[in-house]
Amino acid sequence: MKNIIPELVILLSSFSLLIAGVFSKTFNKIINYIIIVLLAALIFVVYFNFASSVTLFGNSYTIDPLSNFMKILVLISVLFTMLISNTYLERLKIAKFEYPIILLLSTLGMFVMISANNLIVFYLGLELQSLCLYVLAAINTKSLKSSEAGLKYFVLGSLSSGLLLYGCSLVYGFTGSVDYSEIAKVATEQSGALKFGLVFILCGIAFKISAVPFHMWAPDVYEGSPTSVTTFFAMAPKVAAIAALIKFLNVPYANFISEWRTIVIVLSIASMFLGAVAAIGQSNLKRLMAYSSIGHVGFILAGLAIATPESLSAVLVYLVIYVFMNIGVFACIMSLNRNGVYFENISDLSGLSKHHPLIAICLTILTFSLAGIPPLAGFFAKFYIFLAIIQQKIYYLAVVGLLSAVIAAFYYLRIIKVIYFDAAKESYDKNSSYGVKFSLIVSTVVILFYFIDPSTLNTIVESITKNIK
Amino acid sequence: MNFPILSFLTFFPLVGVIFILLRRGTDEVVERSSKNISILVSVINFIVSLFLWSKFDPANPGFQFVEETQWIKNFVSYKMGVDGISIFLVLLTTFISPLCIFASINSLKKRIKEFLIAILIMQTFMIGVFCALDLFLFFLFFEGGLIPMFLIIGIWGGERRVYSALKFFLYTFLGSIFMLIAIIAIYWNMNTLDLVKLTELKIPENLQYWMWLGFFISLAVKLPMWPFHTWLPDAHVEAPTAGSVILAAILLKISGYGFIRFSLGLFPIASHYFANFVFVLSVIAIIYASFVALMQKDMKKLIAYSSVAHMGYVTIGIFSFTKQGIDGAIFQMISHGLISSSLFLCVGVLYDRVHSRLIEDYSGVVNIMPKFALVFIFSSLANVGLPGTSGFVGEFLTLIGTFKVNYIVAILAATGVILSAAYSLWLCKRVVFGEFKVNNHGEKLLDLDATEIVILFMLMILTIVFGVYPNLILEPISSSVDLVVKNMGAIK
Repeated sequence: MKNIIPELVILLSSFSLLIAGVFSKTFNKIINYIIIVLLAALIFVVYFNFASSVTLFGNSYTIDPLSNFMKILVLISVLFTMLISNTYLERLKIAKFEYPIILLLSTLGMFVMISANNLIVFYLGLELQSLCLYVLAAINTKSLKSSEAGLKYFVLGSLSSGLLLYGCSLVYGFTGSVDYSEIAKVATEQSGALKFGLVFILCGIAFKISAVPFHMWAPDVYEGSPTSVTTFFAMAPKVAAIAALIKFLNVPYANFISEWRTIVIVLSIASMFLGAVAAIGQSNLKRLMAYSSIGHVGFILAGLAIATPESLSAVLVYLVIYVFMNIGVFACIMSLNRNGVYFENISDLSGLSKHHPLIAICLTILTFSLAGIPPLAGFFAKFYIFLAIIQQKIYYLAVVGLLSAVIAAFYYLRIIKVIYFDAAKESYDKNSSYGVKFSLIVSTVVILFYFIDPSTLNTIVESITKNIK
Repeated sequence: MNFPILSFLTFFPLVGVIFILLRRGTDEVVERSSKNISILVSVINFIVSLFLWSKFDPANPGFQFVEETQWIKNFVSYKMGVDGISIFLVLLTTFISPLCIFASINSLKKRIKEFLIAILIMQTFMIGVFCALDLFLFFLFFEGGLIPMFLIIGIWGGERRVYSALKFFLYTFLGSIFMLIAIIAIYWNMNTLDLVKLTELKIPENLQYWMWLGFFISLAVKLPMWPFHTWLPDAHVEAPTAGSVILAAILLKISGYGFIRFSLGLFPIASHYFANFVFVLSVIAIIYASFVALMQKDMKKLIAYSSVAHMGYVTIGIFSFTKQGIDGAIFQMISHGLISSSLFLCVGVLYDRVHSRLIEDYSGVVNIMPKFALVFIFSSLANVGLPGTSGFVGEFLTLIGTFKVNYIVAILAATGVILSAAYSLWLCKRVVFGEFKVNNHGEKLLDLDATEIVILFMLMILTIVFGVYPNLILEPISSSVDLVVKNMGAIK
């Protein structure tokens, strides 16, 4: 029982807060703070239970270090999303008390996804989080773009969920079980037909992490949604889906590694390359971040495709660094407002270095880190992935990855160019909330000083990944 | 444990950066104190490096002042050390950095605080590169230097600064990823990235060729070697004076150092195998770059191409695998660091006054700037390699070393000396001599002020000292070079 305290707390608190919110108007204002405190507390709860390893509910739900690690990462993403979204939503006059509660519910969905040890449970978690995400994308009812984003996300998301469900049913049909470990036992014998299921499920998950060629929704949804929601989209759902993917590939389909490795490598190469090339032409920062995240997902998939303990460790480290980089960049985007209007074009960054030197230097550090320039954390993230790739002697993947990193560097440099080299524009309002400032500083400090002690994180993830298979 | 002098040298500039960032007050106060702090920090660093030199034991061919701690568990150690090959490059860095700061605090007009921060960070990365004894650490410093240099060119550069900064960054970044792949491959094959251990372990022959190429691409871009040199003229022309000086004096030397340390040290068999290839590229670089330099209208571009040509001597010297050649290469690196700095500073002096770098805008400068003319002519002659200046010793030694191995290469490379005389003297003739005429704002043409005199004369004196008494450098590096030559000889 004590192992699912986090899930229970999230579930019960979101229901009770929802009811309380409906009845009391004054209560609405403090819901945000309650949830922030709750999330921070939950991080500790999960952390103290970190090493426990149990399966629950008839082997359908596992709590192990991997799931706990991913849950902490999701909680961190949600916590920082909450920290930066409060004043933003108020200024846009779209603050609703449901917003944090929906975030919380989608967190629950992610928790279920991460811990799922069973196709049905996995699908349930996925749908719970996706439904919340559709609503969040469309939460700005005054904006046509936001509604469009929500609708687009919903239609395409349903399609991918359909694919995924179809894959699950195929797997069930051929193996007679939805349980991961049961599937793994049968999977050795009837290998041929199971591949169909694998492909469909992979397509479904690839959609959720916006891997090429299932990425089309990402730029539009990132651009249309309110920035606070985009922040959330960029981090938490990806972490959860990748956690599920790690488990899915390495438990039920562990014997199919040669089959899915090819598929994942293709997805990875396509994502890295498209993420790098397509971002060059963007003028909107949020669209650019969408392509940037596609590129990063490509690197993560490259690590997944290798599937050695080293590469999975690299994936986990990459996710941590990726989350912090995104927190910082989006906190910067959230700082660009003048008279209640938020700016999100790259050209709006010009003169940032003159009027807002702190934001400028933070964004520069984060951008160099996204580009993977040492000694910033982003370099280490990529480095560990390449280390794992070259260990397996898959040189072409490393070369493609590095080349796309160079291409990607070009558009990241363009951001820095606008910040520092272009003529200054008007200054923005200096009214960033403490949440935004805090997130910006914390993430920059993490990214900048990661190099001082990379070993601690490495030790943690190594202890996790050596038990995955 | 002894005092970690190398870590101190490397990271002390960062302490200065922190102090500068902590200064509060009006813009003027912050500006003044950041100037003082950066001067103080860089001068202290120089004094500490002199102390390092005095404690350096020339008889010991191995690494000295070694510091080692575990950094990334089971993977990378933080290991620093210097030997005869690197110590003078460290000294060159600590010597040039304060000069850059002195030269730029009066001529720069905007964002001086940020500029000084960038220079100090740059200094950390450059000293780190020469001290790092772990491939990963080396790569970190090597690559990290891109960030401040990109900003220096991009923020304080000339008209086409954005183009040049991007070109510089992407070119070098593209080059260095091959080195990264090679480093990772070395790690998986040898299970260590420690330079000392790797030298003892001897990397297998079949691996050496690929690794050598990986390092070569990256180093050849940074050197720059023909045909990877096209970023250099752009970067040099657009960078502010201090940026050009750092580029020419120190960044280009990282590659020469890398060739000796890694190509020769770790991949001796591959180095033998590819030596002729390097000779061909170097000879092309010397002759081609010299001809291109002849045709330049822009003074900075002319010096940039002359740098490409002079770096050609460094590579042929290194890949001759003879004692004279490698001695000459190291000497040439130091001497070019001094001479090119002085030339770029001279152009900077003219540019500050007239805001033009075009040769045709100047004529007969000697008539009103006699002190400047003296320095300019002296530096040009040193650039040619006039006996008595350090430029002569470097070129002469590399050519002797090469002649032993391949006389055709030596003869072809020697033509570069004549060509360099042609473009340097012609430059002097057009700018310094003739009838006085300066297009636009000629009236502002004042002779050198006190700071400029101190900086330029210091460079001049060092050039003469090293030229007259080359043993000052050659003796301390001798035993380390002997070791390299011995290792290379063992392969044959």
